[in-house]
Amino acid sequence: MSTDTHAAHADDHHHEGGHAHGTFSTYMLGFVLSVVLTAIPFWLVMSGTLPSKQITALVIMAFAVVQIVVHMIYFLHMNTTSENGWSMMALIFTIVMVVIALSGSLWVMSHLNSNMMPVHQMTGMK
Amino acid sequence: MTVAINPTQTGEPVFYLADEHPHPEGWSTSLGFWIYLMSDCLIFAILFATFGVLGGNYAAGPAPKDLFDLNLVAVNTSMLLLSSITYGFAMLTMQQNKIAQTQMWLAITGLFGAAFIGIELTEFAHMIHEGATPQRSAFLSAFFTLVGTHGLHVSCGLIWLVTLMVQVQKFGLIEANRRRLMCLSMFWHFLDVVWIGVFTFVYLLGVLR
Repeated sequence: MSTDTHAAHADDHHHEGGHAHGTFSTYMLGFVLSVVLTAIPFWLVMSGTLPSKQITALVIMAFAVVQIVVHMIYFLHMNTTSENGWSMMALIFTIVMVVIALSGSLWVMSHLNSNMMPVHQMTGMK
Repeated sequence: MTVAINPTQTGEPVFYLADEHPHPEGWSTSLGFWIYLMSDCLIFAILFATFGVLGGNYAAGPAPKDLFDLNLVAVNTSMLLLSSITYGFAMLTMQQNKIAQTQMWLAITGLFGAAFIGIELTEFAHMIHEGATPQRSAFLSAFFTLVGTHGLHVSCGLIWLVTLMVQVQKFGLIEANRRRLMCLSMFWHFLDVVWIGVFTFVYLLGVLR
């Protein structure tokens, strides 16, 4: 690395990066959205409005995903520029890991469950 | 890191590491703390996966429908959500250098957090009293591990919150305290994000099952 780019690099650190801050209106908007996105799934499950359990399950999972994104943006102030993009990079990496771990575990274990020999057949094998 | 090669008169190269340019104290704290939160996220992902796998194994014991009171969970969720917004207000008043108001909002956040922990412990005590202990079934083991880990995080957050209130009282809103308050802010909001997963996947989907 030459001296020129080194100096530019140092400059970068002092002027950019850092964590973004919210304002009163962004916090309130986030809060109102969260309340709505929390209340609807609770209401759906407690009242049983939707015709089938599968549809209810899918809808409340969708609400959870949207609410997580709302929290990330309005409370955790995630954006692509804070910390020169490194916090977003760490977040994306974590999401990939979480998706692999969760979907992999659930997929593999559900297959294991359905292929498991029932207990009464196992006792007959002795 | 720059490696400079400086040929000496004997012609032998000398290697040394050039000093890094100076950084202000704590310039990398928020990124480092964010990476810690992401690793914490992986812990919760594993616990969620465990719950997802074992959540249906009741061992002829109590099922979510018999145990969970969604009204109580809704109250608990609102406690955590309210504590999130009051922490947001604490951060806003901190940016305006209002020490007394910052302390007040932090105290309110702490009260909501304590209410959350109180309700959760009441729920746990009630379940254990009914015989739904972690030893009862795989579902209950996974449940207590996941929800208990989250509750432990919130409890640690409360200790941290009280510590910072003492710090702010003693030293004021100095740069170091602002940095600490910002880290706790990220921690607190992160726990709220995890709770979204808990109430959706454990409580709501559990009752639906």
